Amino acid sequence: MPVDLMPASADLIRLLPEIVLTLMGTLLMVLAAILRKRSSNAYGNLSIAALLAALGAAVYAYTRQGPAFGNMLVVDGLATFFRALVIVVGILTVLASYRFLRRQGAETGEYHALLLFSIAGQCLMAAANDLIVVFIGLEISSLASYVMVGYLRDDKRANEAALKYFLLGSFATAFFLYGVALVYGITGTINLSGVRAALTAPESCLQAGAGSVLCVQNWLAPWPIFLGVAAALLFVGLGFKVSAAPFQIWAPDVYQGAPSPVTAFLSTGPKAAAFAVFLRIFMSAFEPGGAAWEPLVWFSALASMTIGNFAALRQSNVKRMLAYSSIAHAGYVLVALTARSADGAAAVMFYLGAYAFMNIGAFAVVGHLAGKGERYQDIEDFGGLGQKQPLTAAMLTIFLLSLIGVPLTGGFFGKFYIFKAALESHLVWLTVLGLLNSAVAAYYYLRVLVMMYFREPSQAAIEAEPLRPGLRAALLVSAVATLFLGIFPNWVLDFSNKSAAMMK
Amino acid sequence: MLIDTVLFYIFAAMVLSGAIFTITRRSAVHSAISLICSLLGVAGLFLLQRAEFLFAVQIVLYVGGIMVLFLFVIMLVNLDLAAKARQFNRAWAVGIAAVAVVGAEMAWFLYRGRAAFHIAENGGAGLGSAAAGNTEMIADSLFSEYLLPFEIASVLLLVAVVGSVVMAKKRI
Repeated sequence: MPVDLMPASADLIRLLPEIVLTLMGTLLMVLAAILRKRSSNAYGNLSIAALLAALGAAVYAYTRQGPAFGNMLVVDGLATFFRALVIVVGILTVLASYRFLRRQGAETGEYHALLLFSIAGQCLMAAANDLIVVFIGLEISSLASYVMVGYLRDDKRANEAALKYFLLGSFATAFFLYGVALVYGITGTINLSGVRAALTAPESCLQAGAGSVLCVQNWLAPWPIFLGVAAALLFVGLGFKVSAAPFQIWAPDVYQGAPSPVTAFLSTGPKAAAFAVFLRIFMSAFEPGGAAWEPLVWFSALASMTIGNFAALRQSNVKRMLAYSSIAHAGYVLVALTARSADGAAAVMFYLGAYAFMNIGAFAVVGHLAGKGERYQDIEDFGGLGQKQPLTAAMLTIFLLSLIGVPLTGGFFGKFYIFKAALESHLVWLTVLGLLNSAVAAYYYLRVLVMMYFREPSQAAIEAEPLRPGLRAALLVSAVATLFLGIFPNWVLDFSNKSAAMMK
Repeated sequence: MLIDTVLFYIFAAMVLSGAIFTITRRSAVHSAISLICSLLGVAGLFLLQRAEFLFAVQIVLYVGGIMVLFLFVIMLVNLDLAAKARQFNRAWAVGIAAVAVVGAEMAWFLYRGRAAFHIAENGGAGLGSAAAGNTEMIADSLFSEYLLPFEIASVLLLVAVVGSVVMAKKRI
């Protein structure tokens, strides 16, 4: 039978950011073949242009909200928030990469193309409303980031990191896929709206994609254990991507071994996208079975916070320390998920926004100071940075204070909303333990600050080159955004509240 | 009907004997060839169930693609030493436990029959008329309902290709 295969224009507009990113990524590779120049800012400039265009496209798509491609995608507040977030993360990563790549003599079109593809995958995850689209988006994003971790192939640590990330990541994806299969077995659909309908209204018939009527029978009542297993398997896959305990083992090695701008990207972009999927799956599709998965997330939140913070105390390598801190921050976000409320979802979004800026900023400074071949990563190497490069030190101070959660920074309001949401859902113990944890965390962040301002300049601080325009822009944007979120949180919070309320 | 039954037993024997030889042969190449035999048996079972598309995919993808990849790896890596070494398996206790669990599961399902399953039924809606062949039905849903995943899967493959080139070429 002849079918009109051309999708409607509204569908295409809702997919526009991904289309732009993929096209430009491909264009970059063609350009790399034509230019034949090994070192060129053109690649970076072009990716910035692509990301800005994608950001525009994401905002434009927001004006035409709704499902696309037979409910495979859905463009709503949540999708737009996370799309914009990962695209901004991409812009900051490119800005931080200019000088870094030049210094390692590794500026190629492929690096930027892979970055754009990875972001396209994350945008897909943010907007996906069907588990198969989630899965493909996750794989696009992950495959590109495996390669980016091992991008400096002459570096042994990078090789080890890439291999570890690849092997463990593949396992995690396999778990996720098992979960998807079980969801299909339970509900007969992998469309998240369909799953939700199947779990709420037994024997319901709902209007599914392509106009077909899908009658989903609710077999859950006699088999609640299936739902639990499916949720657990999906949780393993996503928990790995956000480096939540007990799936955090890979994070320190990978974050330490990867090139610093890539680490900055890894700890924010894929994490934000995976949390977007978390919200979509657990807060909308699996929301009716909330009581079943809450203890799971509760435990993981507490374990992530505790393991991350206490392990970070003992690190002397700054990248490793920030890796453990990123595990702890994943734990804080999971606290907000445990709250199972619209406020909790809004807190997740706000926190991830604030966290992206402060963490990218911190890793960008680390990469700046590390020098050629990333020699200087030790905490001692930050000695005297305050004297030698006051601006860099001041901005790192802002990022670290925000990571601690000091008032007037985005990190403060992030934590505040998370623990407020947790208290409103009567998670008193988790809140108390979380607050104790963030007190512990202050110690290792402050150690870096003390080093920077109260020690004689180290070799690294003396050798550090002046800030280049690209990196300076990345740091300034991150610092201003961190302060902005700390002083005027309502702007972003209103949007996330509105999106969270619409999510059901 | 009789010929179906006979074919089923032939294919089932292929699957099982292939699987057993895969894990008992010392030479890696023999194992790989036994695995091909096993996978061909599965393809035959698919055909008996009138799943022509799965039959073709099984042959092209598993017997063709993945097994050739296995053989490549086996030929590239020197496995002679490994074949001579004493074969051992320290995790046999875990293995026995896993086999016991799977065995109990299968016994339960065989005993209960269909009643043991509570799998949601799709009702066959959205798959077109049953008169159309299996392959046509898959094509219809792949290119209409699942158009987007189908298309973005190509982006995934592109990323994989670019990634492996970046990892493998002489200079970055």
